Amino acid sequence: MAEVIWGLATSHVPSIGAAMDRGKAEDPNWKALFDGYAPARAWLAEHRPDVAILVYNDHANGIDLDFVPTFGLGTAERYEVADEGFGRRPVPDVIGDPELSFHLVQSLVDDHFDLTVFQELAVDHGFTVPLSVWTPDPGDAWPCPVIPLLVNVIQYPQPTAARCYALGQALGRAIRSYPKDVTVGVLGTGGMSHQLAGTRAGFINPEFDAHWMQAIETDPASLAAMSREELIRQAGSEGIELIMWLVMRGAMDERVTKVHSDYFVPASNTAAGIALFDNRAPQAS
Amino acid sequence: MSTDSGTGRLDVPGTPIFDGDTSRRGMRMNKLFMSLRHAANRERFLAGESAYCREFGLSDEQEQAVLDRDWQAMIDLGGSIFYVYKLAMMDGRSMQYLGGVFTGMGEEDFLAAMRAGGRRDG
Repeated sequence: MAEVIWGLATSHVPSIGAAMDRGKAEDPNWKALFDGYAPARAWLAEHRPDVAILVYNDHANGIDLDFVPTFGLGTAERYEVADEGFGRRPVPDVIGDPELSFHLVQSLVDDHFDLTVFQELAVDHGFTVPLSVWTPDPGDAWPCPVIPLLVNVIQYPQPTAARCYALGQALGRAIRSYPKDVTVGVLGTGGMSHQLAGTRAGFINPEFDAHWMQAIETDPASLAAMSREELIRQAGSEGIELIMWLVMRGAMDERVTKVHSDYFVPASNTAAGIALFDNRAPQAS
Repeated sequence: MSTDSGTGRLDVPGTPIFDGDTSRRGMRMNKLFMSLRHAANRERFLAGESAYCREFGLSDEQEQAVLDRDWQAMIDLGGSIFYVYKLAMMDGRSMQYLGGVFTGMGEEDFLAAMRAGGRRDG
């Protein structure tokens, strides 16, 4: 059976990718962010899974407003890196795992999550920036095949936080029911607090972000109980992306071990957070 | 019939909500912004902005907002920030520039506020 070995939550702000692509990781405006990633990157390099599932949202690059799937799953053999209008990022295309994808679709639909199936999908910064946070220098290929799980967080109504958490729990069941003995990493992306438009643009809520960072580890059900409106009030209109962290957390065990977390303001107009959890039971000492 | 007071409409001060009404209102304009991902379309747009707007079926108000680069009006007329940003990027404008516009602070002060930890409510 397949096993989730770790969960990684991270912001996916495009400027984080741009800073890396332009060699600005040591720039004074960015250094603290990348220093904060280092312990997680070192641990992840030692714990490479056989396959990863990355929960993200598209930003008008792979899909547009003709179709707004609430949840979607990629089943392709390969996902091209999207050109968002300023040339594609200089990172490898993403190799998929159709066999696991179709198992997940079957299992999730049987579990009453009727998600949209993407047989072809170009992935944008929402997908590639988290991969770069994980693996800054991928060379010709990312560390393992990666499957995209899309969540609509742009057009209202987004799925509720509770539904995202429940999807994550169903995803965990689906992974555990896969007959192959493979290890799986799950990434939940987006957030933390930020708002891009309106007179409230630039809104950051470090108190709420600190609360979220703690509760995602120890009490995710309390976060899943939050309403859309409460999330927008507390985290800003784009901070609602944090619901995607709940999909990742739902796929993990009730008890997880935090490996590392960090918090940085600002990445562009956003509070950037990273949290890495080990899903293996703590060893008795 | 307007559904502006329809069920579930959120009201958070200073916060545009990209809901069904807004998306329907902005659909044609957002599709124009989406098209600007491609260099050939950017060239065609810049060669005749008004004609390009009409080709996409924008309303007169939306066309004027695009021609004037009136970013606030684009949001008010149904633009999604992620789509509007495609036009801003084409113009070489950053999200901090747009933040400066939406808040009335100007780019420099907005950027300084972000570097000081971001803006708070109240």
